[in-house]
Amino acid sequence: MDISPILDGFGVVLEPANLLYCLIGVIIGMLIGVLPGLGPGATIAILLPITYGIGPVSAIIMLAGIFYGAQYGGTITSVLLRLPGEASSVVTVFDGFALAKQGRAGTALGIAAIGSFVGGTVSILALTLVAPVVAGFALDFGPPEYAALGILGVLLISSVGNGNRLKAIIAACVGLLLATVGRDTFTGAERFTFGSLNLAEGIDFIPIAMGLFGLSEILYNLEERHNQVHSPAKVGNVWPSRKDLGQAKGAIGRGSLIGFVLGVLPGGGAVLSSLAAYALEKRRAKQPERFGRGAVEGVAAPETANNAAATSSFIPLLTLGIPANATMALIFGALLIQGIQPGPQLVTEHPDVFWGVINSMYIGNILLLIMSIPMVGVFVRILRVRPAILAPITVLITLLGAYTVNNSAYDIYLVIVFGVLGYLMKKFGFEPGPLVLAFVLGSMIENSSRQSLLIFGGDPAGFLTRPISGTVLALVVIVAAWPLIRKALRRKTPDRVEEKIT
Amino acid sequence: MSPPDPTRPDPTRPEPDPPGAPPLDDADVLQAEADRLQAELEEARPPHAGPYAQLGAAVVALAAGVFGVVVSSTLGLGRLTQPGPGLWPFAISVIIIVLSATLAFTGRGLQDTERFSRSSLLTVVGLVTLVGLASLLPVIGFEIPSLLLMFVWLRWLGRESWRSSIVISVGAVAAFYVLFVLLLQIPLPRLI
Repeated sequence: MDISPILDGFGVVLEPANLLYCLIGVIIGMLIGVLPGLGPGATIAILLPITYGIGPVSAIIMLAGIFYGAQYGGTITSVLLRLPGEASSVVTVFDGFALAKQGRAGTALGIAAIGSFVGGTVSILALTLVAPVVAGFALDFGPPEYAALGILGVLLISSVGNGNRLKAIIAACVGLLLATVGRDTFTGAERFTFGSLNLAEGIDFIPIAMGLFGLSEILYNLEERHNQVHSPAKVGNVWPSRKDLGQAKGAIGRGSLIGFVLGVLPGGGAVLSSLAAYALEKRRAKQPERFGRGAVEGVAAPETANNAAATSSFIPLLTLGIPANATMALIFGALLIQGIQPGPQLVTEHPDVFWGVINSMYIGNILLLIMSIPMVGVFVRILRVRPAILAPITVLITLLGAYTVNNSAYDIYLVIVFGVLGYLMKKFGFEPGPLVLAFVLGSMIENSSRQSLLIFGGDPAGFLTRPISGTVLALVVIVAAWPLIRKALRRKTPDRVEEKIT
Repeated sequence: MSPPDPTRPDPTRPEPDPPGAPPLDDADVLQAEADRLQAELEEARPPHAGPYAQLGAAVVALAAGVFGVVVSSTLGLGRLTQPGPGLWPFAISVIIIVLSATLAFTGRGLQDTERFSRSSLLTVVGLVTLVGLASLLPVIGFEIPSLLLMFVWLRWLGRESWRSSIVISVGAVAAFYVLFVLLLQIPLPRLI
């Protein structure tokens, strides 16, 4: 393996400007992980206009920092307030909060920080080894493979998320439909524009993302639960003792592995891996009843795994051009804005972006370790900021940011329209994530399906006879029929148990 | 790459079960625990909106699908050998129609909607300020609309005191001015 591009990547990261953006990114990530209300997706969406002004490498380094930084920050609220900032920190609450009640909040935070650091770093190392291989394998992919992969990606994200599958897939289809607005690249015909000049260019990704992820979340939070801010538990010594570290060692190792593997799967990622890692530790434990009452491993395992998964979820994006989750869809969009097409050519055509972003994560994780152990007190103090004050500031950043993209008020209205759409979707049980993801992938899926049809001379059976696209489409069918398959399997289980007994 | 099944023991597991470990379906129990916690955290959620809201949502989605079918068929579908501009949107719209019809029939018992309440009015007020800002911004610059928006959100939507509402909104707009106009030199429309 030629390592000179990797070393060049470090050169890119160590440029002062990129270091600064990495620092800004992880600080913002940590902050929004701690603060109630906005998640990393919403934050990245709101900050998209800023990425216009800075180069692609710096932009993606910053956005990536926000993403994995939020995983660190989310831990703090889980442990101290019993409020998981992120879905992937939900299981951390069980033992983290129990430890906090015993006055060992510091231990929990320290172990979580060390676990996160190890998980993140192991995952980056594995990413460095695996990503170029996958990208190399994918270089032969043609339009049919991309069409099939795109469909599989959209379907997986819609299926794995929480909430109703049917609704998620409907939302995804609406996203695909929205992506067709504007001039058709093949025939030049105007679709769904209704004579509007603004619509002829298609709908920009930025206002859609800002509205559906950013503004909708603010509007939704405005209505309900001005969550009374609890006062956080006291944080004592955050340096974990040797005994605690020894206890957590195995959990951290296994968590890294689980997180990396599950993180690669589209749609699975951080949430699933934190659950799986916790379950594994509980099952392996000699006294499983300790779990839920302040077991150090119960904090170490999920926090390690969710960070490892957050990192490895970059693999499908950087190597195949398929975002594994909603946040990756935003980073995909940010790359497109910069004129960079994520995909297997990325590693050869833009090695500075590819290795720069990957290597920046080493630095980011070190920065986060520093922020979450010696400086944790600063972030704990931030917990006292009231959401009522943050909301209008975020709204202003969103609207003024949207204006600056094209210097037009039209974009502000678009953000508002999609903000309302996102708000209504949430009220009626539809998730905005699949819509945004499908919107991002929409034109890629359409273009490659149409190119494939041209290649096949109009015979759709061609998709099935090519080995890779055929396999992927078979997976699509399995995923689509999964609930039925699962039901069938469930029905069989009792029989098996009876067999065992007799 | 089938969706990971949480009920399956993890394949990366290095060792077999320690002897005597209870053959519990841990992941399922855990998922249930996590769900319970999530539910507890969401206690503040308004009650679900009932079958009519579900039906309404499905009908709206259905209407979007019908709309898509109508518009895309006027664009021309072409043939598979030569797809017209309307073929792809037509196919998607048909899927939307099928799925939302299914949803209309099967989804009535779902409980994932939220009833609108008096506090939804807060969202409406917030929305009005947003539209106000969008329409005033090109006319009188960003300073006054931003100040008004901050103040309304702090004082009435966030129930801050008069004093802190005034202080924070003036401070925030001043900070925005320094950041956007003076430091980043972003061409925002300005009062002066």
